[in-house]
Amino acid sequence: MHAIEKLLAKKAGKASVKTGEIINCEVDMAGINDLYLQTLRSFFEMGGTKVYDPSRVIMFLDHYAPASTITQAANQKQFREFCWDQGIDLLMDIDQGVCHQVLADKGLAYPGEIVVITDSHTTTHGAFGAFGTGVGATDLAIILATGKLWFRVPEIIKINFEGKLPKGVYAKDAILHAIGALGADYAVYKAVEFGGSMLEHLSISERMALCNMSTEMGAKASYIQPDAVTMAFLKERVTRPYEIYHTDADFKYADEVSFDVRELKPQLAAPSSVDNVYDLSQFIGRHIDQAYLGSCTGGRADDIGIAAHILQGKKVAPRTRFVIVPASKGVLLEAMEKGYVKTLIEAGATFVTPGCAACLGTHEGMIASGETCITTTNRNFPGRMGDTKAEIFLGSPAAVAAAALMGEIVDPTLYM
Amino acid sequence: MQKLLSGNAFVFGKNVDTDQIYPGRFVEFTDVEDVAKYAMFGADPDFTKKVKKGDFIVAGTNFGCGSSREHAAITLKAVGVGAIIAESFARIFYRNAINLGVPLLVCPNISKLIHMNDALSIDLQSGTIRSEKGLIATAEPLSEYVLHILESGGIKPLIKNQLEAQKHA
Repeated sequence: MHAIEKLLAKKAGKASVKTGEIINCEVDMAGINDLYLQTLRSFFEMGGTKVYDPSRVIMFLDHYAPASTITQAANQKQFREFCWDQGIDLLMDIDQGVCHQVLADKGLAYPGEIVVITDSHTTTHGAFGAFGTGVGATDLAIILATGKLWFRVPEIIKINFEGKLPKGVYAKDAILHAIGALGADYAVYKAVEFGGSMLEHLSISERMALCNMSTEMGAKASYIQPDAVTMAFLKERVTRPYEIYHTDADFKYADEVSFDVRELKPQLAAPSSVDNVYDLSQFIGRHIDQAYLGSCTGGRADDIGIAAHILQGKKVAPRTRFVIVPASKGVLLEAMEKGYVKTLIEAGATFVTPGCAACLGTHEGMIASGETCITTTNRNFPGRMGDTKAEIFLGSPAAVAAAALMGEIVDPTLYM
Repeated sequence: MQKLLSGNAFVFGKNVDTDQIYPGRFVEFTDVEDVAKYAMFGADPDFTKKVKKGDFIVAGTNFGCGSSREHAAITLKAVGVGAIIAESFARIFYRNAINLGVPLLVCPNISKLIHMNDALSIDLQSGTIRSEKGLIATAEPLSEYVLHILESGGIKPLIKNQLEAQKHA
């Protein structure tokens, strides 16, 4: 069996599971975002009164942090009151940041865990050897009521990245390249394991970016086998007991593909699909109205550090805005301690409260018709960050920061 | 659940994402009557003016990709979409729609076989899709588990019964 199958079997109380089987699993951590008031409504509609186990429920006020409209404020008020009524101590209010980063910062993402959040990028937790998956409001309400959720045991695909990335090229480039080659529906309903020698050189931050983006190929979950890098990260944070699973040597993947990244060039996903991926060099000189660094994909301290390195002692281009959204309070504090915030503000960047901000097209950094944005976020669908006639390019933190500096798309490797 | 459906087809392309089905800026609305106003707004802002109860959405691969937002399924249910037929569905959308009792059919090549405004009749049990010209295609059969949820009127009544049974056990 694969490590993921062993994990699922354990949580379903079974000795083994097989692909396609429908199983009912215990959920270790169920998270709700402030977009999904329907979760609470569905919970009560189903006759729920008390949540199954308040210590396994976490509420994130991250997508509208802080509220920008009266409706958002009213929604958040109901979430807070639900937590207080139900004894849910893990209320991550507007000061905390994006759910996936908050779980990582607080040691609530760990190997062998099943984490389910009303957020499609819950695949991020594969970076910790967890089974993380996104669901809708009603599915999450079922967990609130019963502590469990049904899953179809997925086929498992392995994607190997071989070799060390060149300087100025990042995990984001590698995953965009893979999504471009394989397509946005390559892994629909499947789980993706990432492997290959590239991973040995990747920090947890970049591994999270990789697993986060597996959602953009349709993956139900992703997985990286925990190693020394994982353990070093967990050692400082995780106090809950956990179990690391290992894949049997004779396990057969549903598909296995490999990419050699030793000579990979910076990549961009061009409008308006995440699999519309090209070498960045094809777009050099394209004017940028807004550069945006943030989100659960690319808003970590390392990403902000790359931007600070590129903009140290320099200025953001005159006709370009540079919006930076730290993924969490922890990220913001680290970026402050390391001096990145000062460097970037002096360079002309605008900092926004930790959270999702404009990534989902609701507030704080929206773009107008006819504008072009380059961003470290995960989606460039029409209208994603504002007007449907705006254009969004997805790239690495270095590609975004270099574009902010020059006011146009440039080769970031020249600015490292 | 009604197993024989009829209505007109609205045909869309591949990778129709949740931002096209229900744009992010309307996600703060949570009442069904508000959510119903913006069905397919990102792909066709006039969709709600044209769609009639029982009509079908037909699409290419990966329908519903993107966000986990249940609004995307709620809005299509609220305007009365009878069923969605696509070459494949994104998994969260699939779960959301089935949970709400909206039938989904997976059918290879369907976006090329059906044209905008074709009058269709669908047998959910057998998966057969017909137009005035006759049989067009047969969709993949719904799994027993999914059929059970649809026949129960969505997953909420199922869980409600389960919770009540536990209380009385």
